[in-house]
Amino acid sequence: MAGKALHPVTCPLSPYFMRIELHDIHKYYGVSRANYGISLTIEPGTIHGILGENGAGKSTLMKIMAGIIRKSRGTILINGQPADYCSPEQAMKLGLGMLYQDPLDFPSLTVLDNFILGQTSTVRIRKQAFQCRLNRLSEQLGFSLNPDAPVKSLTIGERQQLELIRLLAIGVDVLILDEPTTGISDLQKDVLFNALKALAAEGKSVILVSHKLEDVENLCSRVTVLRHGMLSGNMTRPFSTEALLKMIFGTPPLPPLLSPIPPGYPILVMDTVSTIGGRCGLRNCSTQIREGEIVGLAGLEGSGQEQFLRLAAGMKKPTQGAIMLNGIRIDGRNHYAFKDKGVVFMPTARLEEGLIPGLSIAEHIALQNNRKGFGLQWSESLQKAEQQINWFHIKGTPNSPVETLSGGNQQRLLLSLLPETPRLLLLENPTRGLDVESTHWIWEQLQRHRLRQAGIVFSSTELDEILMIAHRILVFFDGRLTMDVDTKQTNIHELGRAIAGKH
Amino acid sequence: MNIISLTHKRLLTAVVDWSITLICIGAFTTLILLATGAPPVSTYYHIFMGAFGSWVKFGHSVKAWIPLTLCACGLLYTFKIGLWNIGIEGQMIMGAVFATGILKWGVGSENEILFLWLSFPAGLVGGALWAVVSGFLKTKCGVNEIFAGLGLNFMAQGLILWLIFGHWKQPGIASMSGTETFPQTLWLPQAFAVNVPPTGIMLTILALCITAYILRFTRIGLNLTAIGNNATASVLFGLHPDRYMLLAMSLAGGLSGLAGCIQVVAVYHRLIPSISSGYGYLALLVVMLAGFRAGMTAIISLFFACLNVGSIQLPMVLQLDSSLSGVIQGAMVLVTLGVHAWRKRRAAS
Repeated sequence: MAGKALHPVTCPLSPYFMRIELHDIHKYYGVSRANYGISLTIEPGTIHGILGENGAGKSTLMKIMAGIIRKSRGTILINGQPADYCSPEQAMKLGLGMLYQDPLDFPSLTVLDNFILGQTSTVRIRKQAFQCRLNRLSEQLGFSLNPDAPVKSLTIGERQQLELIRLLAIGVDVLILDEPTTGISDLQKDVLFNALKALAAEGKSVILVSHKLEDVENLCSRVTVLRHGMLSGNMTRPFSTEALLKMIFGTPPLPPLLSPIPPGYPILVMDTVSTIGGRCGLRNCSTQIREGEIVGLAGLEGSGQEQFLRLAAGMKKPTQGAIMLNGIRIDGRNHYAFKDKGVVFMPTARLEEGLIPGLSIAEHIALQNNRKGFGLQWSESLQKAEQQINWFHIKGTPNSPVETLSGGNQQRLLLSLLPETPRLLLLENPTRGLDVESTHWIWEQLQRHRLRQAGIVFSSTELDEILMIAHRILVFFDGRLTMDVDTKQTNIHELGRAIAGKH
Repeated sequence: MNIISLTHKRLLTAVVDWSITLICIGAFTTLILLATGAPPVSTYYHIFMGAFGSWVKFGHSVKAWIPLTLCACGLLYTFKIGLWNIGIEGQMIMGAVFATGILKWGVGSENEILFLWLSFPAGLVGGALWAVVSGFLKTKCGVNEIFAGLGLNFMAQGLILWLIFGHWKQPGIASMSGTETFPQTLWLPQAFAVNVPPTGIMLTILALCITAYILRFTRIGLNLTAIGNNATASVLFGLHPDRYMLLAMSLAGGLSGLAGCIQVVAVYHRLIPSISSGYGYLALLVVMLAGFRAGMTAIISLFFACLNVGSIQLPMVLQLDSSLSGVIQGAMVLVTLGVHAWRKRRAAS
């Protein structure tokens, strides 16, 4: 095996190949299950891809392997020996290391200091030796890192390279990479992929978690697909895109049930709008939302939908381009101006952005009816809270502080706080965490607004939901609007391809 | 029946809570006194007698209670919206400066009583203006209110010294003892024998009641809490965090300015360099210990006022260092916060 090594990348101390076997791994959070009976084998010297939708259980499985979370059931075998570890340090000692989506580093320290951190136990640090090691490793992998640069001046791709080298220097033989190609340039992607190939050729195992079909197809020799927390299938090279998509998204759902709508006037028009923020910002986005239309936003989390919704709500300002609301240019104004025109935004992070911890349901209702008077109409708010609790099936009392409600109930409360007659509803993952029945019920309620000729824009991680509800679908990939299509003229495979960045 | 037993239970918890706190305070403070070589029993006795020994002494305690409570009242607004108004000390000083300005103008006029009354709104405006400066730095320039407040405190301190040694110096000499004492016609009327200004007490109680009402029963109170707990979400509810921050700052500044004014018209009858006496900083502790509740604020500031006044005579009677009262105060605050944190953690687990 050793003869296969193209470049002697690590110190010669660890010519050690690891075969990882997972047997019947389960992970439960309360009653919900994140992983259910997953078994798979990772051969040494291979690049193994893990594919699946958002929430399919990929991250949970990887975190179990890296020792960050504990499995509920099942065994992990390393070279045939059962291994029971429960912290990242122990996993690291066994040779398993994970490269996180957001690299864990110290931005104000230099590259070299970050490299040394966690590797030394002596009082005096032999900087020179570490610098040599850093330079050698980065040269062998084709990276160009300046040891004296502060980490905060690095791009995400370079920080990834640093973290990768650090893991190798610690002696990691199994590398787990979580979405490594999000937010890095194509050039850096090529560099990374070449490095990973070199490492695999040397006998190390690489596990690549991704939503992106293209990356996985280019790099991996074997792919495992997860769906709804379960193993959906395995495939070895050569891959068939159609078959993979079917494994990821399941069989196509029934044709959508849509009542035809007369095309209304445009409410919101975006003309080559760009902004920064999030993982990749949003670039040159042009589209419009018309009256009585439901538009679904699809894409991997962080591909630009978040920025799109916040721009449309006036929560942030575009760096270029124009936004028109009801035919009047409004970009550059703040959220209050948008709100006055009937734009309502419901964010996905309930307790962080949408609700106010410490206040009760009734107090939220009182905040909502804020405009009138100096005093608070307490009895009125309590009464209305009681009504909304019944109507929206919220499990709680008017005096329950919102942080004591469960996630699903917080979502219902947010929905109950929507105003009576909005003109444009911007909903970020409105049914996240709700069961199927509640989801249907909520969409029935929202249809009322559509019939009033309001426009509705929503994002969702469930393609099925988007296909079922939306009249039009916008697909985002890597900060760009890559597809703007009528629901009737597309299908789940085409959407799946677009979401994964394949054209 | 159920409700009654629930109230009983709550009352019991509160009683237990406070008993534990008081016992811990007593024990810890006694330890500290023993460590410094002070006799604990007679120290406590003299503090008690210093604060309650006679009507005049109690009057002194009440005169310390007035500015402390007014500042604490103002801080209730800023804490509600999540701001650390450290600048309260400077705001109090500016209230005193503005009030002095009006009074100086009124010396020798035919309508002195008018100027006396005008000094109140002047103090209010002075404190509020100084607070709004820090508010603007916070909302428009992104300067943390703690740094802005600290800076403005130094400026206010500098300004008051400049005035006392410059424009407003006593005829002939400039001294640390302050400006020239105002004629008695410009003193706030005092209740005979106890030397306490009834107007000041009334104003303070009024401020407490209004603050409690506003925070509890009005839109302003709800909105301040909402912004303090989650400013991002409050924007979606149509609230303007910036405007409410300025409002809270000016209310806090106004009330502490009023406290500064009362220090001038009812206590010192002139402007002195240490006109604020550290009551602003002390008020921060009072509000925290009171758990940000108006009612408790009044009680705890009375306690601190008595402690402050009561320990004045310690150096004379027991030959103790005068800084010991500060040590006692600090020890009490630390223990109270410690016990509260401990109770909270136990309740959570």
